[in-house]
Formats: sequence, C-alpha cells, structure tokens
Amino acid sequence: MSGIAVAFWALATLAVVCSLLVITSRNPVASVLFLVVSFFCLAGLFVTLHSHFLAAIQVLVYAGAIMVLFLFVVMLLNLGTPQWFDFAGPPVKIVALVLGVGFVGALVGAGIGDFEPAARGPAAGIAPDLLGSTEAIASALYSAYYLPFLVTALLLLVAMVGAVVLARRER
Amino acid sequence: MSEIGVGHYLTLSAILFTIGVMGVLTRKNAIIVFMSIEIMLNAANLAFVTFAAAIGDLGGQVMVLIVIAVAAAEAAVGLAIIVAMFRHRETVNVESFSTMRG
Repeated sequence: MSGIAVAFWALATLAVVCSLLVITSRNPVASVLFLVVSFFCLAGLFVTLHSHFLAAIQVLVYAGAIMVLFLFVVMLLNLGTPQWFDFAGPPVKIVALVLGVGFVGALVGAGIGDFEPAARGPAAGIAPDLLGSTEAIASALYSAYYLPFLVTALLLLVAMVGAVVLARRER
Repeated sequence: MSEIGVGHYLTLSAILFTIGVMGVLTRKNAIIVFMSIEIMLNAANLAFVTFAAAIGDLGGQVMVLIVIAVAAAEAAVGLAIIVAMFRHRETVNVESFSTMRG
C-alpha cells in the first residue's frame, strides 16, 4: 500500500469511530472532544486530497473556533453530566439504524464505490498539488467567486448581530 | 485495497453523513443534535473537496470555504437560541420545545 492509502484508511477509520462515539457517548463534553478528533481526521483527509489551505482552515475554524463555542455552551449551561432524557427510545433507535444502514447500502449498491468522474474542469491543467494552494484559492475567491464571498461576509455580520440579540438577557 | 480513488472518499462521506442523520434521529439533547448537524456538514465538505480534486475545478474548494463560514454562523445563532431556550425551560431536551407545534 502506498503512503496515501495508509493515511486514508487510518484517518477514515478514526473519523468514523469518533463520529460514532459522538452520537453514542452519554457525556456531552466527551462528545465535543470526540468531534474535535473527527474534525482533525477530516483535515488530514483534505491534505491527502492536496487541499492544504482547506485543511488549515478546517483546524483553525472548525476544531478551533466552533468547537470552543460548543464546549463553552456545554460548560455554561452546566450540561457536563449525562441527562435523563438523552436518548430516544429503542423503537426510534432501531428505525434509525435500519434507515442508516439501508441508506449507505443503497448508495454503495448504486455504485458510488467505483465512481470516476469523466468531466475535466477549467483548472485541469494545473498540477493537483497546486490546486489547493492558498494562492490558487485566493485568486478564485477574489475573481470568479467574489459575489458569494461578499454575501458570506454579510451573512456572518447578520449572524453576529442575531446571536447577540438572541442571547441578550431580557429585562 | 490497491489504489485510493474517488469512490473511497465518497463512500466515507456517505457513512459520515448517515452517522450524522442517526445522531439527529436518536439523541434528544439539543447540543448533541447540533453536533450531529456539524458531522453532516463535514461529510458534505469531504464530497466537495473530493470532486474538486477529481475534476480539477476550484469551485468545490471555494464552496467548502463558504460552507465553513455558514456553519460558523449557524453554530453562533443556534447556540444562542439554545441558551435562550435554556433560560426559559431550564432544560435542553428537544421534546420540551414544542410551543410552536401545530
């Protein structure tokens, strides 16, 4: 097996195991920490796809900022202990398991396992390890995709104002 | 298990997305439901990056950047809503938030 293959199988296994632990662990703090490990694994998988900039952003924004926010709320609301209402009843669990296994089975049966896209995009000439570089993404972001970029900035502003208004104590 | 191709990444993405859906269905703690949604967003991101690398188009990577920004906005507003709900009900059980049920 090549180095990429070893990295893929190790990171993929760890990501799936940690994601399963997120939804099965009784302690919300443990769930948050398993989710951080899962996000680090996905950042590693981005590196195996030559997307170095996105891997860095994944660690900084997801594993850093967003998960700290989650941990902060869990601690703030004093939810670090298992809650009595935590899990749905066995019927819901069985239905969820059957639906989940059926969904993955249907997708694999439909052939995503050996899917190979034939179309080649406008950047097909660029070497794959340069495609995910900061320079390539920046030039795309500030030229072809400038409008979505601006709308995203506006969305972040609105979300910031909304979060402050929602969390403010009424008097 | 020879070469790692697009199919391997897409299968992993499908498995992670399904784990997220199962989390939303089986947990009643609003914060864990939120974390399951983040797992789903990440699975979609993995599919985007896979296709961007496979067909050599930067659009997928730019889209992942935007999804991460939207996820940050969603987490901020969502957690603010959870804090506000907790002030009113003293719980984060999603079944107790049924005021708007028709």
